[in-house]
Amino acid sequence: MEWEVVIGLETHAQLQTKTKIFSGASTAFGAEPNTQACEVSIALPGVLPVLNKEAVNCAIKFGLAVNAQITPRSVFARKNYFYPDLPKGYQISQYELPVVGKGAVTIQVPAVGKNPAYEKVINITRAHLEEDAGKSVHGAVEGMSGIDLNRAGTPLLEIVTEPDMRSAAEAVAYAKKLHELVQWIGICDGNMQEGSFRCDVNVSVRPKGSDKLGTRREIKNLNSFKFMQQAIEFETRWQIETLEDGGAIQQATVLFNPDTGETRAMRTKEEANDYRYFPDPDLLPLEITEADKARVSAEMPELPEAMKARFESEYGLTGYDAATLTASRDVADYFVAAVKAGADAKPAANWVMGAVSAKLNAEEKAITESPVTAEQLANLIKRIMDNTISNNAAKQVFEVMWNGDGEVDAIIEKKGLKQVSDAGAIEAIIDEVLAANAAMVEEFKAGKEKAFNALVGQAMKASKGKANPAQVNEMLKKKLEA
Amino acid sequence: MALSIEDVKKIAHLARIEISEDEAAATLTKLTGILGLIEQMQAVNTEGIVPMSHSQDLVQRLRDDVVTKTNQREAFQGIAPVLGNGSTERAVDGGLYLVPKVIE
Repeated sequence: MEWEVVIGLETHAQLQTKTKIFSGASTAFGAEPNTQACEVSIALPGVLPVLNKEAVNCAIKFGLAVNAQITPRSVFARKNYFYPDLPKGYQISQYELPVVGKGAVTIQVPAVGKNPAYEKVINITRAHLEEDAGKSVHGAVEGMSGIDLNRAGTPLLEIVTEPDMRSAAEAVAYAKKLHELVQWIGICDGNMQEGSFRCDVNVSVRPKGSDKLGTRREIKNLNSFKFMQQAIEFETRWQIETLEDGGAIQQATVLFNPDTGETRAMRTKEEANDYRYFPDPDLLPLEITEADKARVSAEMPELPEAMKARFESEYGLTGYDAATLTASRDVADYFVAAVKAGADAKPAANWVMGAVSAKLNAEEKAITESPVTAEQLANLIKRIMDNTISNNAAKQVFEVMWNGDGEVDAIIEKKGLKQVSDAGAIEAIIDEVLAANAAMVEEFKAGKEKAFNALVGQAMKASKGKANPAQVNEMLKKKLEA
Repeated sequence: MALSIEDVKKIAHLARIEISEDEAAATLTKLTGILGLIEQMQAVNTEGIVPMSHSQDLVQRLRDDVVTKTNQREAFQGIAPVLGNGSTERAVDGGLYLVPKVIE
């Protein structure tokens, strides 16, 4: 039987606020344990939550970015369960009326082998605001667990999709797109190592063609795209094998073990999902008006889709180039800065996607850490555009600049890379070459086109690569045909 | 809606409330009474009425995103629960609050 995998994602994005969602305690990462755990974070009796305006702004930004309905009056609810890192005995979340309703994102699924790349729309079911829990630390004291409540109360946006994905590749493409989007609109730093962006993946399988969903298992807390891919592939195989062996899938929460590449069910408690949500009486409904949306919208950067379209129309870039440059805001910013600094868009795009990207990849650097700034790149491109240097010479200059050894013009001067465009100088070189290669000249006159290229090569060599190739071509042609 | 004694025990367990057989039986009677009242209320036609999520007809006020809380770990850990088993020491270590071991 042919099987189909059905995947939906729940992503927790930690919002980039200075303070917690319901108190004025700092959210800075890496502080000493419990030094950022105020009376609200540790749930002392009598304390009350006060909602952070910036967390709400972040939620509105996300809603606008995925073309979602933003709920005019959303409600906070208590999700009740007992765990030591949750001292109140409930997490403040949203249930029936989340702040962000239905929306959508378009993902780009890369080509694999013979299968070409394609685009697909993934529907967002909802996104809601909630508080993070604290952290348990094991092993510090024998027989005890240590609790650090610095993270308790950190604002999260939980983003839930419809079960729209049909392969690990689609799920990873969605996660990457979302990861880029939340950073692009500045609501999340996207740091997966520090847990700022974590994904839970719901996986089920069904016979191909069926419209009934199979029983799902949820893979918890995936913090890298590579692990997500591996976990989904393993889980899919495991579910298909289980069903083909006549077994049944039990709904469960599973963990992925990166060392073995396998998923394994966590111990399940019968009442684990009985959270008894109810509206939190400590918080009033959250009202978001059209004016609020307009204000937040005005603060938002141009979104990737809009920027891609503009790169195509304004700069004449191809769809592919525009998509590549807008896959990350940092790359887009770098490209735009280079163009603003005077580089032509087309060569700027080629340099950013070519030499700059290659160097960054080789050295595992982000574009924000590039030793060659956008302005320096623009200066280099200007020197190609005004015929001061050839493309080949530009590559040498780039290399030197990358290693921090000076500015464009100084390097050109020092290395003697300036292109010779002086007609007299070029003519002298060509005359020399023609005199020294009489045989080649004869061959050309006998109709051998190849001989012409060989002569150009000789002239370039004689000029030590500095002659303007276009001029050499032109002048040589004139001389030979004279 | 009929509630069973098992339902009462389950609810008590979810809320981590210790409950004796007698208390469970008494609670069952009270809860059944409350559910009966809710059933009566459900007979009222509420079509077109927005569900109420708070008793006050106000909206949430928002706080500016400014750090106002300072580190008060020492004060808070000075009133943390004690270790117990005869020890009056606070259950804290190296800045962490200590609880009986939890491993998932």
